[in-house]
Order: sequence, then C-alpha cells, then structure tokens
Amino acid sequence: MTTGFSFEAEPPQDLIDYVVGIESGSWLDTLRRGRNALRDNAQQSAVLLLNPERDEGFSRTERLAVASFVAGLHGEQDIYRLYLGLLERSGEGHALSAAIRQFVSEGRTRGPYGAYPKGALSKEDLNGLVFDVSAGKIGNRLSAALKHAHLLVYHPRDASADALEALQQAGWSETAIVTLSQLVSFLTFQVRIIHGLTVLRHAGPAVGQGLPESTS
Amino acid sequence: MSITQQNASPQEHREPALFTTALLDWHPWLSPLEESELTEVHYEGLVDRARAKSPYFMLLARDPQVLGARTRSDKDIFYNTAGGLPRRERELAATAVSRFNGCIYCASVHARFSERQGGSAEALAVLLATGSLPVDATEAWLLVAEVARQISETPVGFSDVHVRVLRQAGFNDAEIFDLINASSFFNWANRLMLSLGYPTLPVEKQA
Repeated sequence: MTTGFSFEAEPPQDLIDYVVGIESGSWLDTLRRGRNALRDNAQQSAVLLLNPERDEGFSRTERLAVASFVAGLHGEQDIYRLYLGLLERSGEGHALSAAIRQFVSEGRTRGPYGAYPKGALSKEDLNGLVFDVSAGKIGNRLSAALKHAHLLVYHPRDASADALEALQQAGWSETAIVTLSQLVSFLTFQVRIIHGLTVLRHAGPAVGQGLPESTS
Repeated sequence: MSITQQNASPQEHREPALFTTALLDWHPWLSPLEESELTEVHYEGLVDRARAKSPYFMLLARDPQVLGARTRSDKDIFYNTAGGLPRRERELAATAVSRFNGCIYCASVHARFSERQGGSAEALAVLLATGSLPVDATEAWLLVAEVARQISETPVGFSDVHVRVLRQAGFNDAEIFDLINASSFFNWANRLMLSLGYPTLPVEKQA
C-alpha cells in the first residue's frame, strides 16, 4: 500500500479491492462483478458512513475513530491500518490515534457472547468482557460511542434500551444513534468480506474455474 | 428522554425466550419517522415503498441514504439468482449466523425464507432449537452452517481450510463467494435488529 487510499481519489478507489489487493480483470474482480450491485453498494455504504458530504452531527473524525476501533477489535490488520491512517490525516484525528490503539489492545477479546431473555435459552448465556472506555483523553461523547461499538462487535445480544439511553445522555441524537449503529454494524460486514476475499486470494481460483492468465 | 418507553403490559408484549419460526413483531427503542415526514429521499432509501409500514425500516430511514445502500446490498446478496448459491442455502447461512449471534427475530424470518425456498423444515427446526443442524443433514448444509458460523466469530474464523473443504464438497467459487456475502451481511443485520429494538410474540398466539 505505497500509494495510499483516499475516498477522494480520482478515479475513485474501491476500498475493498484496495485492501484485498484485487486487480482489475483478475479472477476475484470477475467474481465480485458477478454481484455488481453489492460491489457498488458496499462502496457507497463506506463513503456515506465514513466520508459523508454532510456529517449530520457525527463528525468525520469521530466516524474514523469508531472505524479504526472496530477494525482493530477484529484483528484485521490491513483495514485497521487503513482507517488509522485516515484518522491520523483527518482534522483533530492525529491526537486520537494513540488512544484508539490503546483501547483496541485493552478491548480485544473473542465473540459473540452475552445473555438471552430469561428462560430456556439462559443456559446458553456466555459471560465476557464488558468494556468501559475512559472518557479522560477523548471526551464523553466518543467514549460512549466506543463503548457501544464494543457491545455491538462482541456481545450484541446484550444490547438494551439502557445502552441507547447512555448514548443519548452523552449527547447522541436519535438520528446520530441510527447512523452510529449502521456504521458499526456495516463495519462488522465489511471486515468479514475483506477477510473472506483475502482468504480466497491466497487460496487462488479453483482448478478448472477462471482463466489461468487472469489470476493475480 | 425520547427512548420509546416499554410501558405496554407483559401480556401484550411478551418477548420470545426461544428461537422460533413464528411470525414475530419487532418494536424500536427509538422513535421511527412518521409517514408524514417522508420525502422522496426517504422513499428512495426505503427502496420498496411498502416498507413505510415497518417500524424497523422507518427507524433506519433516519439515515435514508445509508439505508438505501444497505437494502440494495441485501437484495443483490439474497435475490440475485444469476449463478451462485441456491437461495435456500443463502437463507440457511442467514439463519445460522442469526442463531449464533443470538438474533431471535432475524433467525425466525430467515428460517421461514429458507424453508419457503425448499430448505428442510426439520433441519431448520433443529438448528433453531439447538444451535446446530442435525447430524443427518446433508453435507452441503452442514458445511454452509459451519462456514457461516466461522465467518461470524470475532476474530473471524474462516480460513483456507474452509475453502478447500467447500471445493472438495463441490462448491464452486461463485457459490463460496455468495456464502461469504450472505454470512457477512447477517453480521450487519443482526446487530441492527438486536441493538435498536426487541421482538415480541404475536398477540393472538398468547391465550
């Protein structure tokens, strides 16, 4: 990744292709274009959530901080580094990068876990880390968002009305909570697509499928 | 405080304590938009205008463009039948992921969808009840459910070994890609449904 990724590059760069290392015309490019609406809308989702034209009360720096945190929690190094890099180059983001790295190393665990509504499923309840993000270096608003992101990444079945109320008390509007929820949830999708395509790239095309000269 | 109060009586709003194929309701914890607030931008985000009747989509319509991109991704993953995995297996993956993450509402919807597309009702019922398919399920189904689960672990557990085993079982790369897409997408969907509201059993079934 010597050239770097930018949402504003011309011609536009596809984020997933960039991170996975998918070349135009390769077998994985062909595979992705077999689901072209998905390819376009995965990119569109990333642009809308991470580089919006209007930030609607949820700043670009905050979005990139959440994205770095979520990618880091998954241990997906390439996308984690990409988001940290974008964070460091955004407005006041440089100061946040060290804090995010620290929260990632403290917050990483294994999921999913959590509790079910009381009853027959309670025997499947799994305890796990309930991560508290200190507001010290980053402020109440972002620390509440990161705490919520950790809940959604690792133990979404513990989610509750109280968790949303905590966000509201930290200054998040209802609309901004919807966008924050979309951002974190979308990222859990995006990192899995990146992971899956990276596994396929290393595996290479199945013998007898795809054209040998188009492999990369 | 604008969090929707859970002030209905337990009789009217009983949360399911088991995975089920019953038709559940879903109630948002935040206020959805009202139909009178919708503009063309919102309808474009909803994609299908009938979704203005759904509290889930009307809540997500607070960020209409993001909802639109989500919905168009969803439709291509689950309804584009040009090549790739049969729809009943895509819906099986959605069900297996939802069972693993613990989304009772999502699992009920997609178990029904898989069944409607020709999936085994018995196998799906066992998956919902126990978290695993019965041992006598087909090899293809066992693999789809297993890979869906590996993709849903954090950190992600999917590896080259799964690609090899899927190929040995006869899955081609377009089918494997659909399985990755369907499983990944339900990690997105489950987290929205689990964190923005809660499911209830249909009122008429609670005698």
